[in-house]
Amino acid sequence: MAVDSRGTADAAPQHGSGEQRPRMGFFTDTSVCIGCKACEVACKEWNAVPEDGLDFTGMSYDNTTGLGADTWRHVAFIEQRRPLGAQETGAGRAPVDLGMPAVGRPGDDPDPATLGDFRWLMSSDVCKHCTHAACLDVCPTGALFRTEFGTVVVQEDVCNGCGYCVPACPYGVIDKREDDGRVWKCTLCYDRIGDGLEPACAKACPTDSIQFGELDELRGRAAARVERLHGEGVSSARLYGADPDDGVGGAGAFFLLLDEPEVYGLPPDPVVTTRDLPDMWKHAGLAALTLLAGGVAATILGRTR
Amino acid sequence: MTTSEVTRQGVRGERPGRDAVTGGRRAPGRRKGRGRGERLMVPDADFRSYYGRPVLNQVVWADYDIAGYLFLGGLAGASSVLAAGAEFTGRPGLAGPLKAGALVAIGGSVAALVHDLGRPERFLNMLRMVKPTSPMSVGSWLLAGYGPLAGAAAAAHLAGRLRGPGRAAALGRALRGPGRAATVGAALLGPAVATYTAPLLCDTAVPAWHEGYREMPFVFVGSAAAAAGGLGMAAAPVAQAGPARAAAVLGAGLELAAAARMRRRMGMVGETYRTGRAGRLMRAATALTTAGALTGALLGRRSRAAAAAAGAALLAGSACTRFGVFHAGTASAADPKYTVAPQRARIDAADADRAAGAGGSAAGDAGAADIPVPRASA
Repeated sequence: MAVDSRGTADAAPQHGSGEQRPRMGFFTDTSVCIGCKACEVACKEWNAVPEDGLDFTGMSYDNTTGLGADTWRHVAFIEQRRPLGAQETGAGRAPVDLGMPAVGRPGDDPDPATLGDFRWLMSSDVCKHCTHAACLDVCPTGALFRTEFGTVVVQEDVCNGCGYCVPACPYGVIDKREDDGRVWKCTLCYDRIGDGLEPACAKACPTDSIQFGELDELRGRAAARVERLHGEGVSSARLYGADPDDGVGGAGAFFLLLDEPEVYGLPPDPVVTTRDLPDMWKHAGLAALTLLAGGVAATILGRTR
Repeated sequence: MTTSEVTRQGVRGERPGRDAVTGGRRAPGRRKGRGRGERLMVPDADFRSYYGRPVLNQVVWADYDIAGYLFLGGLAGASSVLAAGAEFTGRPGLAGPLKAGALVAIGGSVAALVHDLGRPERFLNMLRMVKPTSPMSVGSWLLAGYGPLAGAAAAAHLAGRLRGPGRAAALGRALRGPGRAATVGAALLGPAVATYTAPLLCDTAVPAWHEGYREMPFVFVGSAAAAAGGLGMAAAPVAQAGPARAAAVLGAGLELAAAARMRRRMGMVGETYRTGRAGRLMRAATALTTAGALTGALLGRRSRAAAAAAGAALLAGSACTRFGVFHAGTASAADPKYTVAPQRARIDAADADRAAGAGGSAAGDAGAADIPVPRASA
């Protein structure tokens, strides 16, 4: 039995080995994602992740649907009648509908103003490896732990399948595997990065949409990329999860998105649930005292009746 | 290359081919600049989502295990409090059933918890560490402390009922002191057992649970007291059941008031407690708890049958509350609306605040005040 005296195991280098390693992470630049799903395949191959259902969803080219116990990388596909920045030729002629897949109902007249506008948003989602990780905080067994790389990993030999981390995750990442009873999620290829290799998904990404590296360096790279995209007219480019002051203290895996996060299935303003836990204990303590006092009161009141 | 879309009304978007005039005027409404603006096919709804799919992963707990555990744990904890009061005011007829009830309930709840694990054979891993950031870890230790105390209290009570000059009666007398100590211990830990389950649920990203964290412990405590009062009324002789009746009335009042306040405070997320399965359960809980408390208070002193019926109604009402809270949570996790809309409102409010702070405009302040912010500390 060990007492977790720190209370919360946040992502600062503070590990038993005393080894100070820079925090590693992912920068997923969705502006260059081509939706090839090589990351999904590479992840499954390397980590021996089982099949996650062979369904047809009708959600554009996405039949994976979302992250879960058997899906550690998920490529989202969104079709929009909006011009991608810098897509306009500027040649001064009337826009021409290229007949790309429509988002409206069949037969709807396309708005002439948006005729020809089409963009395909693709984004490879993954565990965020939060600075303040709710899954890790609420895990009662210590199966979830913070590695020397600042990532969050499940020890499958310790996990007893209580399932508490599943609703604790504000992103819907970690999940319980049905036939196995334990929870699983992205390890940021703990086995590979310890050997100086990139995670499988980043290695397989043909456009470098998924970039692996030291988090500080990635953040700098991402900021420069957003600036460049804005300069090119892609005004919808924004970073998600890169701010160390956000509700999870900044994500170890962050994104460059071209629309609001909820469009990609990401929560717009996630907050680690344990931020409010001290207040929760306070209220619970008051309630417990209320019950004790109420019991005494009932015993006294009960005499006279 | 695809040049057109085939629709039921025919082909549209055919390529004009060579008809296009080079240097022709831009289509009206086309904005200047590149890629600016946020034009959408449909007007912005209240919230946007990824094909309507939930943001959160779904709660993996079985309702009979976990909601059942919430009910049984509450019943056990509050019963121990009432049992101690009964013991020290000379009501063995009330203390006995309450102690036995507490032991059975806590035994059942531990069984439900272990049953719900994905790997039940590893349940002892719960005691690998003490982790204050995990209400489940705290709860495991509470149960590990409380369970044996509740057991000892019940066993000593049973032993104390042995009569006669023989060895058995001597054992009963010998156990009286330790039994009392266990009774007091269980009464002190009982409220913690009944209460910690509120942070257990609320310390998640599930909107209908997290947003209610201020009131949830009081809902649970009230529900627990009502259930224990119901058990006492149903099991104890009418003459000794006074504290049980009082506890039922106090508990029911607290539970109903706290639940109403919680729903109100939650804003739009509160509708998960009014609709669907959770709504039906919460309404049933209100009806059963109110009826049980009133019947117990008004008729429980005169009629044994009325007391038993009131007790059963209170127990059922408490169970309905726990199942209702559980299902409100699962419903709120299954609909992206409850995750996205409050967070979006929070961002918009913060943006409005910033704009108001920067520009000092009164309009910005008014706009921010109109947006419901579900989290006071945001």
